[in-house]
Amino acid sequence: MHVSNEKTGLYGLMAEFDTAQGIVDASTKAVGAGYTKLEAYTPFPIEELNDIIHKRRTHLPKVVLFMAFCGMGTGFALQYWASTIAYPFNVGGRPLATWPAFVVPSYELTILFSALTAAIGMLALNGFPQPYHPVFNVERFTTASTDKFFLVIEAEDGRFTKEQTGAFLQGLGAKGVYDVAH
Amino acid sequence: MAQHVHAQSSAATLDPPVLGAGQDYETITEAVAEIPLGKRTPFGWIVGFLIGLAGLGALQLAIGYLLLKGVYIWGNNVPVGWAFDIINFVWWIGIGHAGTLISAILMLFKQQWRMSIARFAEAMTIFAVACAALFPLLHTGRPWLAAYWLFPYPNTMGLWPQFRSPLIWDVFAVSTYATVSVVFWIVGLIPDLATMRDRATSAVKRKVFGTLALGWRGSARHWHRYEVASIILAGLSTPLVLSVHSVVSFDFAVSVIPGWHAAIFPPYFVAGAIYSGFGMVLTLAIPIRHAYRLEHLITMKHIDNMAKVMLATGLIVAYGYSMEAFFGWYSASFYERFMLWNRMTGPYAWSYWLLIFINAGLVNVLWFRKVRYNLKFMFVMSLIVNLAMWLERFVIIVTSLHRDFVVSSWDMYSPTKWDFMMFGGTMGLFLTLFFLFMRFVPMISIFEMKTLLPEAKVHVPHGHGDGHGH
Repeated sequence: MHVSNEKTGLYGLMAEFDTAQGIVDASTKAVGAGYTKLEAYTPFPIEELNDIIHKRRTHLPKVVLFMAFCGMGTGFALQYWASTIAYPFNVGGRPLATWPAFVVPSYELTILFSALTAAIGMLALNGFPQPYHPVFNVERFTTASTDKFFLVIEAEDGRFTKEQTGAFLQGLGAKGVYDVAH
Repeated sequence: MAQHVHAQSSAATLDPPVLGAGQDYETITEAVAEIPLGKRTPFGWIVGFLIGLAGLGALQLAIGYLLLKGVYIWGNNVPVGWAFDIINFVWWIGIGHAGTLISAILMLFKQQWRMSIARFAEAMTIFAVACAALFPLLHTGRPWLAAYWLFPYPNTMGLWPQFRSPLIWDVFAVSTYATVSVVFWIVGLIPDLATMRDRATSAVKRKVFGTLALGWRGSARHWHRYEVASIILAGLSTPLVLSVHSVVSFDFAVSVIPGWHAAIFPPYFVAGAIYSGFGMVLTLAIPIRHAYRLEHLITMKHIDNMAKVMLATGLIVAYGYSMEAFFGWYSASFYERFMLWNRMTGPYAWSYWLLIFINAGLVNVLWFRKVRYNLKFMFVMSLIVNLAMWLERFVIIVTSLHRDFVVSSWDMYSPTKWDFMMFGGTMGLFLTLFFLFMRFVPMISIFEMKTLLPEAKVHVPHGHGDGHGH
């Protein structure tokens, strides 16, 4: 991560687009031009953008699957241990390890662990809660959650220079190009 | 995911669209966001909220007196040891099921019409589960001691719960259901909270919504993880919601009481839950779309589809009744046959026949399109459905218990004023929570509704967008 003098104080350049197709085309072209440190911001999910810009999917499902097994194991172990070791209780001479009866709580804990992992994992991988981010310094960015689409090329990108990148973004048909302060 | 499908694809057919004409990103955002952000509180809201508060007051009174005196103030007594407490528990839990069905199962099936009703249906789920949980908890008499035998934790007496009991399964199922519903609901809210933050005009609202939005900024990477997490949560909620009412039905089916001990109970309970839940969604949706002028977001298509789900699940329930009768006869068990005969001709026969009249008879009017498109009728019908589903639980619980194996122990059950106060009180709690939700939370998913617009559909040039990385 090298930051040359002319880039100091700048997080990147932000281009504003009016349409979903506009941001998809702009992202495609920016990636095609060799930019690697960029991010698109949209008011609703456009799954294609992740494929274009980041080119890889999240590992979250694997983490959730792992935690699902942990939940199942925890549920079963808890019941087995409580019913046979910690508090053996003779009900009409039936066996202590009545595993079919343990299925329901194990099942519920499987789902509980997985769901909490999916939600907390998503938030954690996204870095939330994150009260501050440089993009919020741009006044127009408040429309990013309503109807405008933004593409940010970060100053850390090897190809970034304020003039050339600014001209490049203008050339993509941006409605406006703004400096993003740190 | 579902967002890339045209909403207007059905324009050529007779079907009304899932989104009214002439909408764009801004009009959708404004229609929903202005309700919580607006300074003006509608008069109708104040009246409704006060009614809810009055009910909540009654609930507090009922609970206070109950804790002071004990559960004997309720009408249940041997042989009817379970009555209003479990009837109302099952009724409320069942209502909640429609919310999860709409938000999770219909999401997996990519049903676009679910989007505008999912948020408040899920809120309905959470509030209904909260109301439901009060009943078994308070039926323990001393709820602060209930933790000893409900939750597995190392207490000083070395006691552990009885994991072979369906009642403990119920604790796990319902508490997991409540937790996962809340988590799913909150995750669904995050992007809309960011919208509220960005549109708020006062500093306080901006701070509150800003804090709750956790710093959401809608980046492509975040949306990707968000969509993956949402679909996982939907995939997990689907088996969960089916399991919850199955486990609730085990409370009965695992016992040996004639009228309860039936293998058909789990699917029959789940269908009944969805039936009454859609009834409640309609009870809420019809006045809301009118009062807040959301007819372009909650269209006749939604009302129509919900009516169809009600018809289908209602008929499954009716099939359940006929199977119950068949099993009672086919079992050749004296007690099973007597239970059935007593249900049909005994002192509570009125409740059974009213139930059959509604759920096997009246529900069939929903076959007619004219009926499904009549809002006033649908509103009344939704209330009737909920009455019928309450009666169903009354029939199952009270008529099965009040005349059991030994004639000398037969007795009649009648609820006391405290039973009614407690039940009415939970409706007050539900109304209070729901009115607060309507005033302070965007009640329709703004970002999801935008994906229904044709301009939200994108085309990726060939050669890019290979998403299969590592």
